[in-house]
Amino acid sequence: MAAGSGVAAESCVGQVVLPGDVLLLPAHPEEDGERLRLGAGAAPRGRLLCGPGLRRCAGGLLVTKCGLLRHRPAGGGAAGGAYWVDSQQKRYVPVKGDHVIGIVTAKAGDVFKLDVGGSEQASLSYLAFEGATKRNRPNAQVGDLIYGQFLVANKDMEPEMVCIDSSGRSSGMGIIGQDGFLFKVSLGLIRKLLAPKCEIIQELSQLYPFELVLGMNGRIWVKAKTVQQTLIIVNILEACEYMTAEQRKQALAKLSGN
Amino acid sequence: MKATPLSNCERRFILRAVEERKRLDGRQCYDYRNVRISFGADYGCCIVELGKTRVLAQVSCELVPPKPNRPTEGILFFNLELSPMAAPGFEPGRQTDLLVKLNRLIERCLRNSKCIDTESLCVVAGEKVWQIRLDLHLLNHDGNIIDAASIAGIVALCHFRRPDVSVQGEEVTVYTPEERDPVPLSIHHMPICVSFAFFQQGTYLLVDPSEREERVMDGVLVIAMNKHREICTMQSSGGIMLIKDQVLRCSKITAVKVAEITELIQKALENDQKVRKEGGKFGFAESIPNQKITAFKMESTAVDTNNVEEQAEEIITKADPPSEVFAKPILHTPGTAQIGEGIENSWGDLEESDREEAAEEEDESEATALECQKMETEDTSTMKETKKDEPIVLSDSEEEEVVILEPQELPKKTRAQTNSKQENTSKKAFNKRRKKKRAAH
Repeated sequence: MAAGSGVAAESCVGQVVLPGDVLLLPAHPEEDGERLRLGAGAAPRGRLLCGPGLRRCAGGLLVTKCGLLRHRPAGGGAAGGAYWVDSQQKRYVPVKGDHVIGIVTAKAGDVFKLDVGGSEQASLSYLAFEGATKRNRPNAQVGDLIYGQFLVANKDMEPEMVCIDSSGRSSGMGIIGQDGFLFKVSLGLIRKLLAPKCEIIQELSQLYPFELVLGMNGRIWVKAKTVQQTLIIVNILEACEYMTAEQRKQALAKLSGN
Repeated sequence: MKATPLSNCERRFILRAVEERKRLDGRQCYDYRNVRISFGADYGCCIVELGKTRVLAQVSCELVPPKPNRPTEGILFFNLELSPMAAPGFEPGRQTDLLVKLNRLIERCLRNSKCIDTESLCVVAGEKVWQIRLDLHLLNHDGNIIDAASIAGIVALCHFRRPDVSVQGEEVTVYTPEERDPVPLSIHHMPICVSFAFFQQGTYLLVDPSEREERVMDGVLVIAMNKHREICTMQSSGGIMLIKDQVLRCSKITAVKVAEITELIQKALENDQKVRKEGGKFGFAESIPNQKITAFKMESTAVDTNNVEEQAEEIITKADPPSEVFAKPILHTPGTAQIGEGIENSWGDLEESDREEAAEEEDESEATALECQKMETEDTSTMKETKKDEPIVLSDSEEEEVVILEPQELPKKTRAQTNSKQENTSKKAFNKRRKKKRAAH
């Protein structure tokens, strides 16, 4: 960790980095072989995406969170690759575009006030639901759960949520049903569960059917047919943070095998 | 920060689980969570973990003039603090009702029970006595603070060593730990608090409630007892009406639990004593296992699936043999629609309209789980079963819908609720069937 000099970013991928580390990037991105694959219409210089936990500084990237460094190579629709730090925390900070589960704490005027686990409560207008008009208000009481996304989320303003996407459709957002159970896990586990083709979800879905809503603020809502099934799913998901894949497979085999 | 509000669905779910005699972490209603005691490097410092609730206790002493009306007794000072790192709702410097209540309970439990011999703390009568100060800090709040705090308090007091003193005439010499070994406090007995959370108007109780259970409980009863079955203090809060039998039963349970916990404490104190005597390493650093930065470790929680196996087998052996063989019986939860799988697409069908076709697919078979909990059927009040395994009952009834109360049966593969016996005749489990007037099948 010599001050002033840094290590090459590629060599640190998959290793633990600490705040204050400087990661050097290749000086001329155009010369990188990856760039050649970009089509003519793509950005001329593949822009490197600087993800969570990293900041640009002179000469490279400055690490601001401790965790594992990850890299996604260029290709596909994205610009020239991305670096980010996979860190683990339980406290959520609202980020624009995140889909979260909020608990209604108050109905004030024309907005709902939701607790999303951040430092401030988010506001959600009555009209931000699909098919809502001034006369047709959504039927949510204090204490209900709402799944929505952040429209505005920065450190200077109170976060705002909406339950419709940019085209006006709800696309799965809205008031979550009455039953089921809500519990909290760490943010890293949520990201793991939201990854495409997540093994945990696939294995669980072979046990018995259930409904699942994952909020990026660490909240998960589960509903299965009976209380016992719901409790089993809740306990497995909470334990998935600490179990290796082997242990998880064993636990699930024990539950379903007989 | 404000405390995270409890959502309606959590409250309803926990109450429903309580009605079915289930706890969130799979414990039985009289089970305690794992108690873990670890000692620090100093005497009188310990951390007690009750499940995820953690309390840090620290005992210190000082020579002070005694109180004027008690010239021959030492002074005890207890202080419990709710650290903001324990829960989002705790703020520093703000006296909440909870804090006052917990402090009072700790005082009554440790001071009024006279578990510490204050006369032995007197050095020079009327002039110098020891003031023993116990500080408790709550590090993480996962329910049942008072139990963890009382265990931490008494363990720290038992673990503490005060400097040795000698009095010659008017001279008082306080020896450092190097000159003379420090002396333990004189403790008569170990009072330990046990909490009971009450639900359903005081008829059902849970021992050692977790934080969620505490939020939805009706009231709580705390009994402080020592291993000689002497009750040191008792407090009931929440405004529930307790009958005499309940209280007596609680005190019996307390006696059992206190005996177990006292044994655990003795073992922990002995272990620590042994390690220190043998010159091994002690302290908090040793009690934390080595962890890699990228991995976590957690004690395994027991999810009780034992009954389910037995009950499932019972039910299967008692059920009728299957009449038709299915390649793979597919179970559809009520309220979900199905597409494909050789059956008609029922996406648009969740109303009272056409239902003929689905019924044709059904055959008779045993072992179909057809419990619909009350809540689910409220949602899908016009739901019809989409399971193809059900026996069809034809009748000439003109009714559109017939509600049939059936015992719950569990299919081999799935896990359903374990207490089927009580629930067999409960209103909760019933089938809603679609009926259509039809000719013979």
